[in-house]
Amino acid sequence: MNSPLLAMPLAAVGQVEEGFFHERTGETLPCQAHPSHLFCWDWAAENINRYGTPTLQQFELVIISVVIGFIVAFAFALLAHRYHLLEWPLLAGTGVIFAVPSLAFFLLLLPITGRGRETAIIALSAYTLQIIFRNIMSGLANVPESTKDAARGMGLSDRQILWKVELPLAVPEIVGGLRIATVSTVAIATLAVFAHAGGLGTQIYGQGNLTFPTSIIIAGTIAILMALTFDAVLLTVQRLITPWRRAASQAAA
Amino acid sequence: MSVALLPHPLFAGFAGAFEFIFSKQESSVTGGKKVGGFDQVLELAWTQIEVSLLALAVALLIAIPLGLYFGHKGTGELLAVGLGNAGRAIPELALIAFVAAIIGVGIVPLTGALAVLGIPPILTNTFVGIRQVDRATVDAARGVGMSEFEIMRKVELPIAVPSIMTGIRGASVNIVATATIAPLVGVVTLGDFILGENVYGVDGVVAGAICTAILALLFEFALAGLQRRLTSKGLRLQEAQ
Repeated sequence: MNSPLLAMPLAAVGQVEEGFFHERTGETLPCQAHPSHLFCWDWAAENINRYGTPTLQQFELVIISVVIGFIVAFAFALLAHRYHLLEWPLLAGTGVIFAVPSLAFFLLLLPITGRGRETAIIALSAYTLQIIFRNIMSGLANVPESTKDAARGMGLSDRQILWKVELPLAVPEIVGGLRIATVSTVAIATLAVFAHAGGLGTQIYGQGNLTFPTSIIIAGTIAILMALTFDAVLLTVQRLITPWRRAASQAAA
Repeated sequence: MSVALLPHPLFAGFAGAFEFIFSKQESSVTGGKKVGGFDQVLELAWTQIEVSLLALAVALLIAIPLGLYFGHKGTGELLAVGLGNAGRAIPELALIAFVAAIIGVGIVPLTGALAVLGIPPILTNTFVGIRQVDRATVDAARGVGMSEFEIMRKVELPIAVPSIMTGIRGASVNIVATATIAPLVGVVTLGDFILGENVYGVDGVVAGAICTAILALLFEFALAGLQRRLTSKGLRLQEAQ
């Protein structure tokens, strides 16, 4: 319990980072000086602008990481689909990466890529591989054998079956994987502050201190809303690109 | 400091980190007190293992009975699955910072926060696992005269083990990872090396990252082994076919 580091965050708990005070000098006891105040509406209204850039940074981190992760995982899945021997090592390999805490991952890259956005993107996209890869594989595996037989009977080649039958039928599970990966990446990207990659984490843990509750709540809420928005958008995309599922459920009703 | 590392040849930064793990170093901040070394690494690793297991236990005690109950009843699907999805959206850093700022520091607030992260995946996967048990199997169990509790314990639970373990592994990954930022709530885990660059130096930061990664993988392998042991022979044979 007696870490030299402790002195720092402990001093900050319930208090306010220096910068926050200076912005309102001259005023007597601003709301954020009271540790008992959970949320300072005044401060929030005045300072809402400071969240623009971190939100944008976080958004970029997530989009870039998930896109890279998806491309790599998709390539892995095509490989594993073609050469079944590769499936197990790829699953195990991405699983090992997934188990490594993202904070550790950021700093394991420190001697190689230093600190910054690239480091965060490498770690975040590596983190999504397992979820996306696993879902693509199970989506492909769940395509009924009879459907593939029918396609073969119609004279489709293996490659045509993959792109025109198997992958489209696997779309719901693939998008399901993307949704999980994206939502978790939004949450984890708040830790990118420790890789000096910006993002909403800067408003939670700034200049080596925890900032005050109002800022934590605002930044946390933005992150959660961002995750839910991504989730809703991906779900809508999935519904739009699989019209036959809607038709099937209407026919069944 | 980190910039100064860049011109060094690739991987040179890791050498210092391994030195930090195995032998104590002078630190400019602590006034001559040495930091690092295997003793300190073990001490912090042990703290991290303790809080992680404690939080996992709390999460299990809450999530498994709830998942079993709702899964057996077949109600509350929206809640169980929705909670799992919502849980994933919680930013770990914000949660830990919030707990530190509002509730306070120490092992109890930390355990609570970590358990909050662990409950959703376990609850959801328990629920889904129980719901996936073939209704005909449950009817058969009822037919041979099992009580509802017996059905839950002897039929549904064993069949749902793979799904439940998936949830537990997901929870454990998240709990161990978040325990890394536990120093922010005053519990000194391996994350202290990572977060305390001004005390431990860059070598300490990288050493902390290496140790945390190893610890997390040990957790993962232990749980994977446990999953194999807990899965009934019948289920394993079925999967093999």
